[in-house]
Amino acid sequence: MLKGSDLLEPMDFSVEEMGEIFDLAAKIIANPRKYAHALDGRLLATLFYEPSTRTRFSFEAAMLRLGGQVIGFSEANSSSAAKGESISDTLRTVACYADVAVMRHPKEGAPRIGAIAADIPVINAGDGGHHHPTQTLTDLLTILEEKGSLENLTVGICGDLKFGRTVHSLIKALSRYGGVKFVLISPEELVVPDYVRDGILIKNRIPFEEVRKLTPVLPQLDILYMTRVQKERFFNEEDYVRLKDRYILDAAKMKHAKPDMIVMHPLPRVNEISVDVDSDPRAAYFRQAKYGMYARMALLMKILGAEE
Amino acid sequence: MLVVNSIERGIVIDHITAGVGAKILSYLNIDTSNHTVAFLMNAESTLLGRKDVIKIKDVLDLDLSELGLLDPNATVNIIENHKVVRKIKLAIPEKVVDIIHCKNPRCVTSIEPNAPHIFHLVDSDRRVYRCEYCDDMVSMEKDGLNELIHKKHQPSK
Repeated sequence: MLKGSDLLEPMDFSVEEMGEIFDLAAKIIANPRKYAHALDGRLLATLFYEPSTRTRFSFEAAMLRLGGQVIGFSEANSSSAAKGESISDTLRTVACYADVAVMRHPKEGAPRIGAIAADIPVINAGDGGHHHPTQTLTDLLTILEEKGSLENLTVGICGDLKFGRTVHSLIKALSRYGGVKFVLISPEELVVPDYVRDGILIKNRIPFEEVRKLTPVLPQLDILYMTRVQKERFFNEEDYVRLKDRYILDAAKMKHAKPDMIVMHPLPRVNEISVDVDSDPRAAYFRQAKYGMYARMALLMKILGAEE
Repeated sequence: MLVVNSIERGIVIDHITAGVGAKILSYLNIDTSNHTVAFLMNAESTLLGRKDVIKIKDVLDLDLSELGLLDPNATVNIIENHKVVRKIKLAIPEKVVDIIHCKNPRCVTSIEPNAPHIFHLVDSDRRVYRCEYCDDMVSMEKDGLNELIHKKHQPSK
């Protein structure tokens, strides 16, 4: 039963509950007009203590497309946080007005504070480098819709595997499905942390290999998930400059990939995917953004207990 | 051989790992209380080789979870009429609230003044705890107690 649930971490929902969301998302994708009034009269509060155009737009579009309405702020300066109000007090107040709250905050665990204070469901839309569960929901829905299954896939993940939270969550989430194999492509300095390698992959006997070069492994992949090397994660500018251009996927490299491999990316990209890949039908990253909206539509309907 | 008289009524914290006794005195604010306290350091122990012992006169209640966190090997004896009426073997607590403070500067507890600091035990052998909010791990063995444990405010006199 997802009605009334918070979504704070990618693994808060069981495989079955995730399945419920994906089933509803598929119905919405097939017939979006049918759901145009599913959340009539409902109000979403978007509390963005740090800017995030993409995630905020995705949630707002999701709510508006379901007939609901949106209030909120898009940076802490335009909220009462600038006056020194605590997260608890802000959420307790917002819960008096809205039916559901979406929250992004630079501090890790902030949405949990919000969820404890508010008596309405709270969705974590990113808390620092910690969790971003609706990105995981988006990634899984994209794979399911594009590949038809979340099982028996060889998934390549390339780029910053050390700091990228979406990557850690994706590995954890996909590890719950059968027959998934990972190929982890990164420089030595940006390999997955121990808690992912030992705590998830080895512990659950998930097959994986760690490699340094992208092109040789491309032919075996069903999915290639590219990530951006994020400047803000580095203390040293030199390290960032040295590592940022290590992997660039371009049309020439795509010739080595399977005809039905898909390329995913959480966006925004910098230069890790050349624009000459955009016209390749295997480039799924903009479709992925659209699936993100559908995933959020299904999520909002489920936690608000809307009739299907 | 140093001899310390028995107490008529109170608490004896025995089998404290040698060297931890002073920390217990400090973190539980026993060192600044008005109670009569006997503190033995590096006493001979057949079980541990060396141990610390704390005797507190006329006190019968103590935060056992806090004590279990500081030294899960210690035992607590409740004394009435010079006799041990109850012997408590401490256990490492599964959940501790407002004792360990999260040292992750990115954790929300660094900016939310009234949020309770909650930690969950994830590895009892190494005494590793996880922050409820940011999932940061702390080891009570490795990480310095001084940094982690939040000393309780003393009640105003």
